[in-house]
Amino acid sequence: MSSILCSVGVDVGTTTTQLVVSQITAENKASSFAVPEMEITGREILYKSPIHFTPLLSGELVDGEKIRAIVDEEYAKAGIRREDVDTGAIIITGETSRKENAGTVLAAISDFAGDFVVATAGPDLESVLAAKGAGAVDASEHTEKPVLHMDIGGGTSNLALIGDGKILRTGCLNVGGRLMKFDDTGCITYISPVLQGLVSYRTGERITENQAMEVAVMLAQVLEMAAGLRQTGEILSRLTTQEAQTIEVAGEVIPSFSGGVADCIAQDFSWLEFGDLGPLLGRAIRRSRLCQGQYRLGSETIRATVIGAGCHSAQLSGSTVYYRNVELPLKNLQVATIALQEQDLPGDKLAHIIAQRLKSLEQWGVLALPGWNAPSYGQVTALADAITRAVQDQPCCIVLEEDMAKALGHALALRLPESTPCLCIDRVRLPQNSYLDVGAPVGPAISVVVKTLILSH
Amino acid sequence: MVAEILKSMGQEPMVKGSEYYPRDPGPAPVDTHFHDGDFVEDVTLLDLRKLYLVENPEKGEQYRKLKAKTPARLGSGRSGPRYKTLTMLRFRADHAAAQDAVFSQVAEDYAQKNGLVSLQTRCKDKDEYLTRPDLGRIFDEENQAKLRREITGSPKVLIVIGDGLSSAAIHANAMDCMAAIRDGLKAKGIDTGKAVFVRYCRVGAGDAIGDVTGCELVCMLVGERPGLVTDKSMSAYITYKPHIGVSESSRTVVSNIHAQGTPAVEAGAHIASLIDTILRKKVSGVGLHLEAGA
Repeated sequence: MSSILCSVGVDVGTTTTQLVVSQITAENKASSFAVPEMEITGREILYKSPIHFTPLLSGELVDGEKIRAIVDEEYAKAGIRREDVDTGAIIITGETSRKENAGTVLAAISDFAGDFVVATAGPDLESVLAAKGAGAVDASEHTEKPVLHMDIGGGTSNLALIGDGKILRTGCLNVGGRLMKFDDTGCITYISPVLQGLVSYRTGERITENQAMEVAVMLAQVLEMAAGLRQTGEILSRLTTQEAQTIEVAGEVIPSFSGGVADCIAQDFSWLEFGDLGPLLGRAIRRSRLCQGQYRLGSETIRATVIGAGCHSAQLSGSTVYYRNVELPLKNLQVATIALQEQDLPGDKLAHIIAQRLKSLEQWGVLALPGWNAPSYGQVTALADAITRAVQDQPCCIVLEEDMAKALGHALALRLPESTPCLCIDRVRLPQNSYLDVGAPVGPAISVVVKTLILSH
Repeated sequence: MVAEILKSMGQEPMVKGSEYYPRDPGPAPVDTHFHDGDFVEDVTLLDLRKLYLVENPEKGEQYRKLKAKTPARLGSGRSGPRYKTLTMLRFRADHAAAQDAVFSQVAEDYAQKNGLVSLQTRCKDKDEYLTRPDLGRIFDEENQAKLRREITGSPKVLIVIGDGLSSAAIHANAMDCMAAIRDGLKAKGIDTGKAVFVRYCRVGAGDAIGDVTGCELVCMLVGERPGLVTDKSMSAYITYKPHIGVSESSRTVVSNIHAQGTPAVEAGAHIASLIDTILRKKVSGVGLHLEAGA
């Protein structure tokens, strides 16, 4: 039993827009005498688009029409149609995510790219996808020390601290190669507002390589601070983006790099090669404390995030699940969570809490519970009773961490009115304040995407 | 006292599987950085996946990470050419638990407590059960008559619970699994009537039950031969149109049902779906796989 999914990733970043098409293989890893267990066994990239500049209408507006044209053109080059796409994600990253129309453009393009393509954003997710796309998560399984992955793009650096293949923390800094831009003669054509008060130069001013290098060194030092290699200063919190928490590293880590600037770490370019700070920032990082010990360059650099979005955004649910009267895909389900100690409360109390949590959502969403490892059937039916009382005749959408969804689904099916939509899946952990997209069935499992943030505007 | 001991010797040991192995659900396994020679109250409580006994390892932490992925007894160190004391004791404890699971009995009142029709194959005790597999598949006249009396009207689905080679597995899983099967089938509009418990049961006993009751399908939950990893693993053997002489390839098997494998309730839900498919396709075992592949 194996399934092949066509997956698309689109990254609309501060500077560049890219697209990849990949093929994800899922196979049943269990023997034919056991309950099936679908697992993703392969991720193969079939097509990488050229790197486009992100089209902007003005300083504050993304050009949705042009992005749509890019997607259209790249689909044609890759030889796929939107109906072929089984899963994938479009992610809007860096400074572009702060543009006024980011949310609407994102939603429109994800619909255009395919029914199962999800719209995502948020620095946390960006860090996770970049770290996975650059191979840092896999690499961390073979290292003794944790890996601190830095995806250094045009406007921001997305950080992920990873231990034994698990993302421990994420963070985001306003450190990037395009915080300053120059013309051919070294005249400053742009300074990002995040550098206000940190550099004294102004647009139009001509600066020397050494002066620009000083700025690059200052930014590299901020990365050193984040990696715990330098005494933290006020500048670290100043350059931490408002959406992200500061990442504090205790103990030694192995730095890992991706993003456009990572190419400038491995290779030395003339400082005006790309008309921005990138070559010097790369050089500054190479000479910094980050690269004195063990470090790694991502298996992908500038494409790490888009490959993460294309190959690593979807995950599989457990292979024993239940659903009826549900039309897939389901998008942007808001998550109400029940804590471990709450699920053991007596039935009427639990029903009350479940109802309360679901009602506090902006729209009817999904209920996430830890569940129990190897529960008794009594526990299953008690939970089904409480859920039935709480949801009444509303659609019932349950996500559990432990393997028990099919049993709970059957128990719910006997209790809920026959026409009520009901979806019950497991082996998925939904953090608080997350959103869930439920995609296509993959054999007996279902592909899902867990998202951390949706743009507010 | 002597009289008492003599009296008890004639009887079969009446021990529930759960009494042998106080781990279910029991206290959580102890996460241990253990040194050989330390006093351990109960060696079976140590989590083997975290127990690493090699002295002065070069990359101990990384070995631990690998060890966490397998129940195999790796990294147990050595004393000269021999096992260390703890490794030896744990091995013997697990082996004893496995043997106990085979030789212990499912509780006398198990069938009655759970509302099951209680049967016994032609085996008269455990020893005969273990030495004569053929007798574990057939019933005497009395048991056949009881079956005929209790199960009437050729049911569509008959659930049979058999002790098989692990009474502990039945105590740990059978009732939760059966409840999940029943509800799963009910959700699909299939009612399951009375269920049967068979003492000294081999999988083939389901075929004899099929002949007597004329049921369309037998789903047998049976204790698996225990190993050193768990003594509580149960299997389900599903046979469409069971009758004596039916080919083994016509059984659909779901194995590895236990707390660390597939949990009993989830396995039950899966089995319910399988049974529904088998009833619709009118075939079980290899034939079902071939049909699914076609």
